[in-house]
Amino acid sequence: MYFNVFGEKVSRKRYKEMVNAAKNRRELIAAGLTSRRDLMKMGLLTAGGMLIAKSGLSSRAYGQSSGSNQNCLPGNQAASPATRAFVDPLPVMPVTAQTPLRSLVNGQGVATAPTICPNTAGGEVRAACHQGPELNINMFPFPPPRVYQMHQRAVTLRQSPDLPPQTVWGFNDGTHGTLTPGPTYHANYGIPQMTRNINSLPSITQNGGFGMPSVTTHLHNAHNPSESDGNPCDFYGIGHFADQYYPNVLAGFTTTNPPNGDINEALSTLWYHDHRVDFTSQNTYKGLVGFYCLFNQFDTGDESTGFHLPSFPQFDIPLVFADKVYDDTGTLAFDLFTLDGILGDKFLVNGKIQPFFNVEPRRYRFRLLDTGPSRFYSYFLTELNNLNATNQFWVIANDGNLLPNPVEVTTVRIGPAERVDIIIDFSQFAGKTIYLENRLLQFNGQGPAPPNNFPVANANQNPQVECNDGNGNILSDIKPAGTGDLLLKFVVSSKAVNDGSVDPRTNPTFYQLPSTNAEPRIVRTFKFDRLNGQWSINGQFMDCNQFRFEVQQNSVEEWLLTNLSGDWTHPIHIHLEEHQILSRNRMPPPLAVERSRKDVTQLHQNERVQLFFRFRDWVGKYPIHCHNVVHEDHAMMALWHVVAGGGDNINVP
Amino acid sequence: MHDLSRRNLLSLAAVAPGRPRSVEQTQALARKRVQEMHLPNVPLVSHEGKVVQFYDDLLKDKVVSLNFFYAKCDEVCPLVSANLAKVQKLLGDQVGKQFFMYSITLKPEEDNVDVVRNYRESWHAGPGWTFFTGKTADIEKIRKGIGFTYPEPAVDKDKTQHIGNVRYGNEALMLWAACPGMAHAPWIVESFNWMMHPETNRVQKS
Repeated sequence: MYFNVFGEKVSRKRYKEMVNAAKNRRELIAAGLTSRRDLMKMGLLTAGGMLIAKSGLSSRAYGQSSGSNQNCLPGNQAASPATRAFVDPLPVMPVTAQTPLRSLVNGQGVATAPTICPNTAGGEVRAACHQGPELNINMFPFPPPRVYQMHQRAVTLRQSPDLPPQTVWGFNDGTHGTLTPGPTYHANYGIPQMTRNINSLPSITQNGGFGMPSVTTHLHNAHNPSESDGNPCDFYGIGHFADQYYPNVLAGFTTTNPPNGDINEALSTLWYHDHRVDFTSQNTYKGLVGFYCLFNQFDTGDESTGFHLPSFPQFDIPLVFADKVYDDTGTLAFDLFTLDGILGDKFLVNGKIQPFFNVEPRRYRFRLLDTGPSRFYSYFLTELNNLNATNQFWVIANDGNLLPNPVEVTTVRIGPAERVDIIIDFSQFAGKTIYLENRLLQFNGQGPAPPNNFPVANANQNPQVECNDGNGNILSDIKPAGTGDLLLKFVVSSKAVNDGSVDPRTNPTFYQLPSTNAEPRIVRTFKFDRLNGQWSINGQFMDCNQFRFEVQQNSVEEWLLTNLSGDWTHPIHIHLEEHQILSRNRMPPPLAVERSRKDVTQLHQNERVQLFFRFRDWVGKYPIHCHNVVHEDHAMMALWHVVAGGGDNINVP
Repeated sequence: MHDLSRRNLLSLAAVAPGRPRSVEQTQALARKRVQEMHLPNVPLVSHEGKVVQFYDDLLKDKVVSLNFFYAKCDEVCPLVSANLAKVQKLLGDQVGKQFFMYSITLKPEEDNVDVVRNYRESWHAGPGWTFFTGKTADIEKIRKGIGFTYPEPAVDKDKTQHIGNVRYGNEALMLWAACPGMAHAPWIVESFNWMMHPETNRVQKS
């Protein structure tokens, strides 16, 4: 069965065409044809690099085993050098180490104790005093029980054995060296913590061509007070720092569900990344990303307790997906001039190109995170010697929020900044090898190719892209098994092991969805559009000095998002609170995995999405923005704030 | 499909394969690549009739802003031009000394030097904000180089839909960004200032 984005099947004829094309491509791959030169010698490539449209061959067959997907590159982008796949083991980021209070320093290395209000004289750059301790010093002690110090630094490392070392940027917790992705926070509800983020990056004259050493670290998805949120408009240069206080408290603790908040608002999988206005895409691409796993009495990290989810860290593995481009010297490259988004042809997981991972034949939890910059993924489990098999797995969380029940799927799709937690049961693959494959077709930074049974306004208008079927027709958005991007190879051992984790087949219940019956205080409309290349929200552009609307603290709002920008899909992210999708084009969301709390919602071409929000507990400024980071850097963002006793009536902010 | 100039680039770097480059070499190489791929050294003609090379004379070692217009554009261009006039006022006498503003016509066949000069005067542009015409092919190279294109060819050809953003940057630092030409002028000025002062710290009071 082949699916489009709405879970509908493609025609039988289409299916047969795809199977034939796949068979032909396998023969190409089996023949060891991996380079352009080989294909040209065989008369299969024109001098211009287009695959000749032979019957049964699509123009997308390219050496899978060469370790790169050189299919469907934007027209003027040269392919990255060849790399071997599945040579590097998958890195598993260590848990972030704490720092003793006496070891906290400022940007000059001088011992500097943390203060509730910003220590501007000491080089701290923060907009306000910590709300948590000021609100309730018992619940949010200062300093909190867990303290971390992260130097943001350059580091030289390899991302493939076949490419030279790269100088990238990462996080150094004082124990594990400078890492990218950064170390994974192990956090617990009820245990507040703080991180001192210090900008120890090199001068811009040493950035290798991209990366702006001016930072602000956002903990994406957290129910955080504004001054610790890592707002794009608060940032600091080299030698400065910001203390960020993470209360690790459930939403509603002061209002709807005192004293500890609504358990059904529990978050599990968060991530941190640089968010400096106008330079987010460069800085995250350069490596400033990491995970933050938040546990409680149900999602415990110990499979013998609570929801019995696979134990962390051995069987609960965060995975950062990033697609990148390398120039002809094998050096990581970033297009500073694109307005449309960036598609890489090298696929990294946790910092290595196409790694492998040894697993035991039991259940694992994987936390999938797409850090973009612009690519969407449709994940499948593929057996290369049994391509027709459909392998199921379970989605248990969307954007880090555990669903009411696990959903069994053949595939799940995410876009930049979205997360999905899945459970794969490897016991059925004991002694075998299975791949995590991205089968989603995407031509450029705009978004995935539209599915073939939706009207395509601009079919045949991208001749410079090597991605049509030779007759200019855009194919179905899901590629046949084995012809996509093989992201991660799982090598499953054969020896049976005990598995203490819950079997999703027993349909366990996690959290309930909070009700969306409450009457909103206001309904607001946000039109996302593009005027002469300028991304706008309601016709206006980003301005850090302008608050577009004011939300009343502890109130309910309904937001309508509409996308009039043509062929673009925008992953829209709102800080502070999760939302629920009430409707897409006036119908309830068709996909079970979207009946969830989320913080990033895909806004497809010509779509109207209705979102439900409760804004609780904290006050201050927050943004709404598109998380295709290249759009975010070109003004597809707006600032709003939550005000105690405030709240305006601006329906179209 | 690697163009030959990239191979020349490698020989320029004069580094044996496998030996790590120094930071300075890496930086110089990256800067040359940016110039080759995005900042073509083509001739333009200023509103004063002076012929200049785009990279050598206008960009190299400078902090600049770049945008496109054409005289008969009656929708977005007047708004952007008026806005940039405000930006110039707010920047004060930095323009022409530390910061250089450039506007280039998308219709050089219609907008000759006289037309361009008149257009510039209608916005009361001060010194340091220069308007240009030139050859169609050269200007197209610039437009594509700085990324002011659409993925859909039909839309890309339509001049009425041309990109209304302003590209700005510090060439020597390879620090480049873009903002909508219609964004608020004070915000554009702040953004331009980061190009001259990338070490800026900032907080936004709520």
